[in-house]
Amino acid sequence: MSAAPEHVEYVLRLGDNALILGQRLSEWCGHSPFVEEDVAMANTALDHIGRARMLLTHAGELEGRGRSEDDFAFARTEREFRNFLLCELPIGDFAFTIVRQTLMDAYHLHLYELLQASVDPTLAAIAAKVVKESRYHLRHSSEWLIRLGDGTAESNERCQRALDQQWRYTSELFATDTVDAFAADAGIGPDQEALAAAWRAEVEQLFATATLTIPPDTPLAASGRAGVHTEHMGFLLAEMQSVPRTYPGLQW
Amino acid sequence: MVSAADETPAIADVRSVLEDVRDPEIPILTIADLGILRDVAIENGEIVIVITPTYSGCPAMNTIEQDIRAALDAAGIAPVRIETRLAPAWTTDWLSAAGRCKLLEVGIAPPAERSTNKRLLGAAPAIACPQCGSQATERVSEFGSTACKALYRCRECLEPFDYFKCI
Repeated sequence: MSAAPEHVEYVLRLGDNALILGQRLSEWCGHSPFVEEDVAMANTALDHIGRARMLLTHAGELEGRGRSEDDFAFARTEREFRNFLLCELPIGDFAFTIVRQTLMDAYHLHLYELLQASVDPTLAAIAAKVVKESRYHLRHSSEWLIRLGDGTAESNERCQRALDQQWRYTSELFATDTVDAFAADAGIGPDQEALAAAWRAEVEQLFATATLTIPPDTPLAASGRAGVHTEHMGFLLAEMQSVPRTYPGLQW
Repeated sequence: MVSAADETPAIADVRSVLEDVRDPEIPILTIADLGILRDVAIENGEIVIVITPTYSGCPAMNTIEQDIRAALDAAGIAPVRIETRLAPAWTTDWLSAAGRCKLLEVGIAPPAERSTNKRLLGAAPAIACPQCGSQATERVSEFGSTACKALYRCRECLEPFDYFKCI
């Protein structure tokens, strides 16, 4: 039995955001400023990859064409990925990563809190699990944000620069298209406006505490959710998919 | 969960074999201590074991499944089906009293509070040092050697220790 294409697409987007953000975070493994942070980054990356596995598996079940989590992760091309552009941007310096994690952790916390009430029981079950993890992810990222933003002149400047670069990409998080509208109407996904308001209140308070200034909202034409990605995405996929593409079906 | 009174001898046998299946990352704890083992049942002659993951990305889940199969296979119990159940989501509230004692014995501080606390910022609860019992401890990192632990340090005896964090 296959679900509505919009339902599949909605779950696929959630899975792709988790997968690509997890892949980016994993790049800190062995490169963090100190060992505890290395462990924190790797742990958080693992949580994101774990939720990506559950979500992509669920998308495959909904689709009903026999595609597995690995098929989605390793056998799709760039234009078939549905993640936000914000997730695929290179990790930058530590400030850039902390600003992105704060934005995305706050988004995931409020999104999955609402998704616990989804009419899709598998999605609601995944959400109940994810929301607990997002809570301590946000605690971790926001504590760093405040320490760095309200830290030295240089750490403040780097965080502010990262926020100025990333803020424009956040409009994509709440842009409502036919898939979001379908999901909201069917009770599968949340009301995008309610989600945007909860997220906005959270990040405004965190960035104010961190003595950082949120720049003016600017529209973003491109959309990762439509499969139109930045130039960075191809390199990310080339690395992530290299082994399964070179040795299809390899087991170890 | 199946109540003790309903258990047929076969289910009791299965449960006793599963008492030896341990968490691969914290081998002092059994999967029952951790609350990972949710149910044991018999459906149409097949043993059904229900487990739940602790964390979304817990790398031990595949190993736990293999360990369950190996233990039951060694005891001659078959056929077995293992189901992974996501809801309700695992919580540290399911850690057994015996499990909490075992953690302390190996120097891991058990969860200090119920999982209902949703605080984001501000004071964390005091975690007693599992070595000397002092409340004068500080968090070094929210993340520890495994997904379920945080790293702490005691300011009295100066020993670092793992804290099994609440979720």
